[in-house]
Amino acid sequence: MTILCAGINHRNAALEVREKFAVGNHELQEALTRLRDIDGLFGAVIVSTCNRVEFYASSVCPLRVMDGLRQFLSTRTGGLEAPFHTQDSLLSVRHLFRVASGLDSMVMGETEILGQLKQAYQAAVEHGATNTYLNKLFQHAFRVAKQVRTETGITRGSTSVGSVAVDLAGKIFGDLSARKVMILGAGDTSERVARSMVSRGVRTVIVANRTFDRAAALADQIGGLAVHFDHWHTAFDDVDILICSTSAPHPIVTKEKLESILRTHRERPLFIIDLAVPRDVDPTVNELDNVYLYDIDSLENIARQSIGIRQAELARCESLIERHAGDFIKWMRTHPSMPR
Amino acid sequence: MDAYLLMGATFCLLLSSGYTLFQLGSGRLRPGRVNLAAMVGTFVCLSIDLWLRGQLLHSCPINSLFDVLVFMAWSTILIYFIVGSAYRLSLLGAFTSPLVLCILLVALLAPPQAPFAALGLRDPWIEFHAALSVIAYGAFALAGIAGFMYLLQDYQLKNRKGGVLLYNLPPITDLGIANTRLIWLGLGLLTISFVAGIVSGMQVNTLKFWTSATIWLAYALMVLLRQIHTLAPRRTATLSVAALAFILLTLPVIQHLSTSK
Repeated sequence: MTILCAGINHRNAALEVREKFAVGNHELQEALTRLRDIDGLFGAVIVSTCNRVEFYASSVCPLRVMDGLRQFLSTRTGGLEAPFHTQDSLLSVRHLFRVASGLDSMVMGETEILGQLKQAYQAAVEHGATNTYLNKLFQHAFRVAKQVRTETGITRGSTSVGSVAVDLAGKIFGDLSARKVMILGAGDTSERVARSMVSRGVRTVIVANRTFDRAAALADQIGGLAVHFDHWHTAFDDVDILICSTSAPHPIVTKEKLESILRTHRERPLFIIDLAVPRDVDPTVNELDNVYLYDIDSLENIARQSIGIRQAELARCESLIERHAGDFIKWMRTHPSMPR
Repeated sequence: MDAYLLMGATFCLLLSSGYTLFQLGSGRLRPGRVNLAAMVGTFVCLSIDLWLRGQLLHSCPINSLFDVLVFMAWSTILIYFIVGSAYRLSLLGAFTSPLVLCILLVALLAPPQAPFAALGLRDPWIEFHAALSVIAYGAFALAGIAGFMYLLQDYQLKNRKGGVLLYNLPPITDLGIANTRLIWLGLGLLTISFVAGIVSGMQVNTLKFWTSATIWLAYALMVLLRQIHTLAPRRTATLSVAALAFILLTLPVIQHLSTSK
């Protein structure tokens, strides 16, 4: 029995090519049925995400199955040529384990792919498209992904400005559900960071913008409250997280101004995220007790550090995956013929 | 037998502290079961050791500097188990084990104890006073550790340092709360122990009295000022670390004064 993997991903194909090959949920059943009709193919799983379209199959005559697969794709895409990668058993198994562990993702170590793989596998099982080998292979892949995640630091830290800001907020406040966020300047980046905060439980968001309509529109979208820009400091009493991204040419939050506002803050920490260039917040504000100021550079630095940590863990992950891939191939050799 | 138990406890903590240092060096420090297992092992060894010596002495074994240090190490782990499970502060064990290890190493270096001799039954109020004082010091030790962790996390956050410590230390707000509550716990226990001492009518050396009173007053001021929002969490953390250092430095003096009384 041979495990085959064929497909394209973000490494070898541009988005315009990937979207031509993508298999949507609504056409999955038909696609799996057509794959099952390929002579010599015993089982198939289709993984179709924004970064990859991959087919995993088990067969005793791999060349015939590969031809069938090419024909299937050719009819789907009207003969479009694509840099398809095809791999035999060991390479396919190793590839699936790497994909499941997030090593083959655009952002190394991301965990969303594992959920997508589980959905793809579940869909194939529901359509009766898998066999013993593929069942065993995918279950093994999920176990490997879990082990890689718990035993290495591949998911450590955050790799984007928004997620770094949310992680830091968690390291300052713990639970974010009772925290109040204020946005000064309703720009795209501050909106993204605020949305990340809301997704992590923040319930109260105040938006202040020079154009009140823009503040009102953003507040409406994220379920917040809009205030006039000139009155931002009057609404500041219970604010825990301040996100600044105005286009002001000089700092609008200074140490002196903040000191007087913080007298009513009762020693609660204040987390300031300054995304503006030029900066909205005077850097000396960070000298105040209980105030933690991060500008765009410092957030990007932490994101880069996290990527560095993840890359340093790569060798450990690969060695774990290599061991498991070897175990799986050994299992296949001891169970040579179980088509169903 | 008790020497082996003490060595066993020290060995557990050495392994745990070594493991923590190795993890820190390799950038993989994370809350783990190794520290917890080491703490459980140490606690079991110390509990048996204290029980055996208590049986021989027919009293609570806190008669020499060695005894007090071993009892304080045991108390610190006891409070860690209570607080650690209540607050779920990750890495508290990793920071507690080196302190307990240091206390045990100092105990091993302390002047040799007099041969075991049954002291007979002492006034139970004095026993209660002495035991509770040391348990209160265990709570202050944990408060100092939480304070140290607070300062470390504050440093990481202020200096925008990402990396292994930032992500694995608990949220700074939780550390501040734990620090204050542990001081309250220690202060409560120490107050009860002082009341027990007064009830027993025991004679106390003047220097010992004032040192103990200073410790009580320092912690009482800390929580009072914290309560009325005059003392910031960062300063409370700094003071709790300084107060712990003061306790550890004055403990041998107080013990010497107690035994030479």
